[in-house]
Amino acid sequence: MALLEVRDLKVHFPIKGGILNRTVGHIKAVDGVNFSIEQGKTYGLVGESGSGKSTTGKAIIGLEQITEGQVIFNGEDITSIKNKTKDIRKDIQMIFQDPYSSLNPRKRVLDIIAEPLRNYEKLTKNEEKQRVYELLELVGLTPESIWKFPHQFSGGQRQRIGVARAIALKPKLIIADEPVSALDVSVQAQVLNFMQDIQKELGLTYLFISHDLGVVKHMCDEIAIMYRGRYVEQGTKDDIFENPQHIYTKRLIAAIPDVNPRNRDKHYVFRQEVKKEYEQAYDEYFDAEGLAFGLKDISDTHRVALPERG
Amino acid sequence: MSNRLLEIENLTTSFRIGDGYYAAVDNVSLTVNRNEVLGIVGESGSGKSALAFSIMRLHNRAKIEGKINLEDTDLVKASTNELNKLRGDSLSMIFQDPLTALNPLMEIGAQIGETLVLHRPQMSKKQRYDRVIELLNLVGIPRPEHVYQQYPHELSGGMRQRVVIAIAIANKPQLLIADEPTTALDVTIQAQILDLIHKLKEEMDAGIILITHDLGVVAEMADRVAVMYAGEIVEVAEVHTLFENPLHPYTRSLLNSVPTEGQDKLHVIQGIVPSLKNLPRTGCRFAARIPWIDESAHEENPVLHEVSPGHYVRCTCHSKFYFPEEGKEGEANGAS
Repeated sequence: MALLEVRDLKVHFPIKGGILNRTVGHIKAVDGVNFSIEQGKTYGLVGESGSGKSTTGKAIIGLEQITEGQVIFNGEDITSIKNKTKDIRKDIQMIFQDPYSSLNPRKRVLDIIAEPLRNYEKLTKNEEKQRVYELLELVGLTPESIWKFPHQFSGGQRQRIGVARAIALKPKLIIADEPVSALDVSVQAQVLNFMQDIQKELGLTYLFISHDLGVVKHMCDEIAIMYRGRYVEQGTKDDIFENPQHIYTKRLIAAIPDVNPRNRDKHYVFRQEVKKEYEQAYDEYFDAEGLAFGLKDISDTHRVALPERG
Repeated sequence: MSNRLLEIENLTTSFRIGDGYYAAVDNVSLTVNRNEVLGIVGESGSGKSALAFSIMRLHNRAKIEGKINLEDTDLVKASTNELNKLRGDSLSMIFQDPLTALNPLMEIGAQIGETLVLHRPQMSKKQRYDRVIELLNLVGIPRPEHVYQQYPHELSGGMRQRVVIAIAIANKPQLLIADEPTTALDVTIQAQILDLIHKLKEEMDAGIILITHDLGVVAEMADRVAVMYAGEIVEVAEVHTLFENPLHPYTRSLLNSVPTEGQDKLHVIQGIVPSLKNLPRTGCRFAARIPWIDESAHEENPVLHEVSPGHYVRCTCHSKFYFPEEGKEGEANGAS
């Protein structure tokens, strides 16, 4: 059984307008998304800004109201806010994008990491401190850090404090929303390695949201590409990178800069070809509103939003 | 040598912290030729943006020493008047964040036209309008006549960045400094902007300094690359050389920390980039981050050595460097 199952998830935001400020339309941020994640796996959600990938993550954890659809976690329906009671929240945690704004600057590390513990577990001051020490050790920070404030840490260290907070309650699922986008490459490497280590150690499942295909390729078992609220392609890492079917996926992959300067001219020509193909085939692959079609099975693991007649 | 456009000699830019001055750019010498893209790579805090701002002379209270010769003008000695004549004309800059680089209260057309008013006062209104439309076309903005009258908030991030580029190239600069021009953008738009900068380089015969922390972008764009660490240049080489035979431990560490094919574990550089105040001012500045390398491998006062024509490396520690995960036997492989 899958740990997390998302069925036909829709998140629509109303557009208010007119003199009476009535709802005049909807922005379909997430428009019919289906997926499931197995225990211990990393599932990547890729898309450009505005594609609805973050909204999907937030809707699952309950930070965004779900318009339609179902979210099933560990066999339990957690779609409505009421059902996302404390116990479920304990099992799903989130790592945020910006380590500079996701930590309260006026709290000490002890209070930041202990906050989830205080919400769910009744520990004595000493037990609590002991747990925070263990967590700090796990994320590779010194015990003295407990009395420091967020501004005394570098970006990578802060992100690790965010991770320590997220794993404090031993969650089953972590939603990581662009966890390394704000970081330098070397620090990014540190956080990614570390996320893989604790995944093995604690048996964590990740929903990894990112716009960086290189990072997603490194981290994820399965990948989905989103465009304007809908999936355009979904499959294993190899399906997506070795055998992309949708023109949008091809374009995203072609746009990743090649780290070998010898391939520069070849890559440039390839990118121009894909761009031309994209422009020519746009009407075929997207409907009149510029949205992707429904997904069709290509293989057991690979699903692509191909046009009806194709 | 008529190809030489910019020559920086022993440039040191220091900022005041408390009662002392601390150098963010420390004794940097560089050259940029016409029709060349010089990539400058480094992590945040390495001094690459401070270097760009020094060339543009945009620092308010910094102490700048050394020489920055743009053709025959020394920018360090130039007066504010002279600088104002140069900036936006033969010397211009694409800023990182298109959200803050544009005036939210000014129409796009007027913002681009402003630089023409300043540097080409003889232009008539009609000529100016035509030039702005031409520029909007050049940077690939659809429906330029319509965009001319729009405000920044009506445009997407990629479109705004194109406007910033249009402003920077309005007067056909000889030297264009692009400070992380695509960091805030999505990959597909990044690819378009990079192709655009590439096209402009060839059309204008300009020299471009491309500052970025993204090694992929450098591999795609640069002709030569300078790697900066803690205010110093640690390695300069032609782009192929740098990616195929990187020597300095910092360059090699950076390249190893980027996710690539068939890599299980990413390399992590130990420690953190030292802050300006805590910078080691003597010895190899990178030594603290590769503690497994014997101290004797470093020079006392590391200088840039020319290891092959056009390939410069600071300090001697690169010949003894190996990654801890590959063990000492990797030493021979690494240097080959």
